[in-house]
Amino acid sequence: MMVHFWTAPLSCLIGRMKYMIYFDNSATTKPKEEILSTFVQANQRFFANPASIHAAGRETDALLEKTREQILNIVGSPDGNVIYTSGGTEANNLALLGFARKFKNRGRHIITTTIEHPSVLRAVEQLAREGFDIDYLSVDENGVCSLDELQEKLREDTIVVSIMHVNNEIGAIQPIEACAKLIHAKSRAIFHVDAVQSFGKLPITLTDNGPDAMTISGHKIHGLKGTGALLSKRTVLPEAINYGGGQEHGFRNGTVSVPDAAVLARAMRLAAENKMTSSYQKWREQLIEHIEQTDVAIILAKDTSAPHILSVAFEKIRGEVAVNYFQKNDIYLSTSSACSSKNGDLSHVIEAIHVPEHFKDGVIRISFGENNTDAEIEQFKKVYTEFIHLLKRG
Amino acid sequence: MMWNELLVRYGELTLKGKNRNVFIRQLKRNVKAALHGLESVEIKAERDRMFLTADDANDMAEVMERLPKVFGIHSFSPVMKCAPTMEDIYETALSAVRQNETEGKSFKVEIRRTDKEFPYISGELQQMIGGHVLRNIEGLHVKMKQPDILLHVDIRRHEVLLTSKVYQGAGGMPVGSSGKTLLMLSGGIDSPVAGYMMMKRGVQIDAIHFESPPFTSEQAKQKVIDLAEKLCAFGGNIRLHVIPFTELQQKIAYKIPDGESMTSTRRAMMEIADRVREEIGAQGIVTGESLGQVASQTLDSLTAINEVTSTPVLRPLIALDKLEIIDIAQKIDTYELSIQPFEDCCTIFTPAKPRTKPKLKRVKHFEALIEDMDTLIDAAVENRYVYKLPLKKEETFTDLL
Repeated sequence: MMVHFWTAPLSCLIGRMKYMIYFDNSATTKPKEEILSTFVQANQRFFANPASIHAAGRETDALLEKTREQILNIVGSPDGNVIYTSGGTEANNLALLGFARKFKNRGRHIITTTIEHPSVLRAVEQLAREGFDIDYLSVDENGVCSLDELQEKLREDTIVVSIMHVNNEIGAIQPIEACAKLIHAKSRAIFHVDAVQSFGKLPITLTDNGPDAMTISGHKIHGLKGTGALLSKRTVLPEAINYGGGQEHGFRNGTVSVPDAAVLARAMRLAAENKMTSSYQKWREQLIEHIEQTDVAIILAKDTSAPHILSVAFEKIRGEVAVNYFQKNDIYLSTSSACSSKNGDLSHVIEAIHVPEHFKDGVIRISFGENNTDAEIEQFKKVYTEFIHLLKRG
Repeated sequence: MMWNELLVRYGELTLKGKNRNVFIRQLKRNVKAALHGLESVEIKAERDRMFLTADDANDMAEVMERLPKVFGIHSFSPVMKCAPTMEDIYETALSAVRQNETEGKSFKVEIRRTDKEFPYISGELQQMIGGHVLRNIEGLHVKMKQPDILLHVDIRRHEVLLTSKVYQGAGGMPVGSSGKTLLMLSGGIDSPVAGYMMMKRGVQIDAIHFESPPFTSEQAKQKVIDLAEKLCAFGGNIRLHVIPFTELQQKIAYKIPDGESMTSTRRAMMEIADRVREEIGAQGIVTGESLGQVASQTLDSLTAINEVTSTPVLRPLIALDKLEIIDIAQKIDTYELSIQPFEDCCTIFTPAKPRTKPKLKRVKHFEALIEDMDTLIDAAVENRYVYKLPLKKEETFTDLL
């Protein structure tokens, strides 16, 4: 019954890409023209190693420092730190492993949630093997963790709390500011936030009311794959998790890709300046209204989700089926999360929010980006209606 | 409670008798230069204090950032304003005091009542306002002598000004009020600190740097430019004179024996510096020498080097330890620049064992062997390149970011 998309000849696939409606922006986004131009120009003009002491190296280094300055101003922490990484996963790894190991003399207790990205969950599992004590916060059916539970679980020896801002599968928003307040009042723990899905869509800063560190990924905000960073407040620095020539002040070894840094800084600026959120909100509401006209599907995290993510669960239909049907109509969506879409196991997030039994396998995710238009939403509604008719007939 | 005015208290100016106006005018100029680019800021310099107003909150934040670097300012305080009614004064007094850490602190109310028609006299006001603050803020107690928090209330005809939080200024005297000197700036840790300390005493500086291309690099020069720019933050513009020194240095290395060559090199530098000083009308030469630090900085060496001129050579670091100098360098943010590893003209052609007790007679004897010494020195002075700092803004990469 699995009609596999990849069995189609590649040429026909590429031919079709031109007309596609791309609603999988939480998996990755299309790089903007400006971003590509920055990448090419920076590679041509500033290819030197920023650690070299000759003029070309110094110029490149000046550009690198300028990118840091720009990023830190965007997140409201001008005296903070930027550690460039290869993306969100590495930044999350660095935050969890790096902060835990750095502060292990203060305590060995770590708190995170059950719906984190695997780059956090697998990292804390590693920490558990190293003898750290891990507590997981549960989430309610809307995918939101509870402050009471956080308060209960915070201990004197809690050293790291890591909570994602927006969930990548269902879009649920966590109360970051309230968590920060509680954590800072009750413990000395470092509060890390995975802001990969939220940056540019919801306000998130490293100011006094915010977290101490956060993860950013370039390719989720119309930047490039392979770009990302761990941002932190001035005194909050991890132990390195790789070893080498002492680049990035020794926190992330390996020659720094200045073009990537420039691309990330620009993508962050463009994302921060962008005013698409109200459109996302409008589209999300329109789609919810449309989907709720029939009773074959429910909306997950309906009132707690970020505006750019809509998670829909079909009753007794597998998510792949829906994804395939839409794809035939040039609309690209994903089952719950692109990272885990290919292995057939049920997502840990869907487990955690207790989706009713008949709906569990039928989750799809629609995620908006800056290139989407009102017309595409209308087209989606049309195809959705056709799909429902087909189901009812079948 | 919003505030948009700062009260600035003068530093040592108070002692300056009839020259006072000169100092105040200079300080006003320097403050204006330091706040360059902040459109909404206005400066009003009075005899006893200066007022800065800014309508834009961002500008005000920037003012608070830049002001602590300006010499001649003892301290400054945000000013809160309210209407001359007791109710308003009470309320504003509370928020003014709350700017400070209050737990366990002592405080005092000070009144200046220029509006003599105000219904209460100073003594009464002191008690009324003090009592109100005490009742409403826990953990405070009253102390008349040296209180931690001084709430100053200035009662005027149409408004009341309150200040309480005090920010420390840089102290010293306004740069430019004590004349002009020439700083010998090598690119090491010491010389920028020496420049800073002279500026603190109100001295305006030009800087002189010796370069020996191709043995020294563009980066070494850039480093000195960067250092001089750092010093600009403490008051005004700096002209940097870069002297082409290669030819002279090679000649000295060739003609003069190892033991004396270092001393001769320094003497040549001093002589060039003195000529430049004369041309620009400066009154002294400043160096970062610290006694006994290296062979050229022993008393014997200093004597031999100093012999070329009768101009005052000021050595503000002479009695400081290296670690004390490094502390200051870090404070003024020149340390990181200074420790960048570029060869400068002092480190090339250095003999393995320079004499720590050079004999002036011997040095002069060998120097006489270089017949065209004067011509070379003239040429070096003549061919210098002058940078006017601060240079234009750094590259902003706006096309990329």
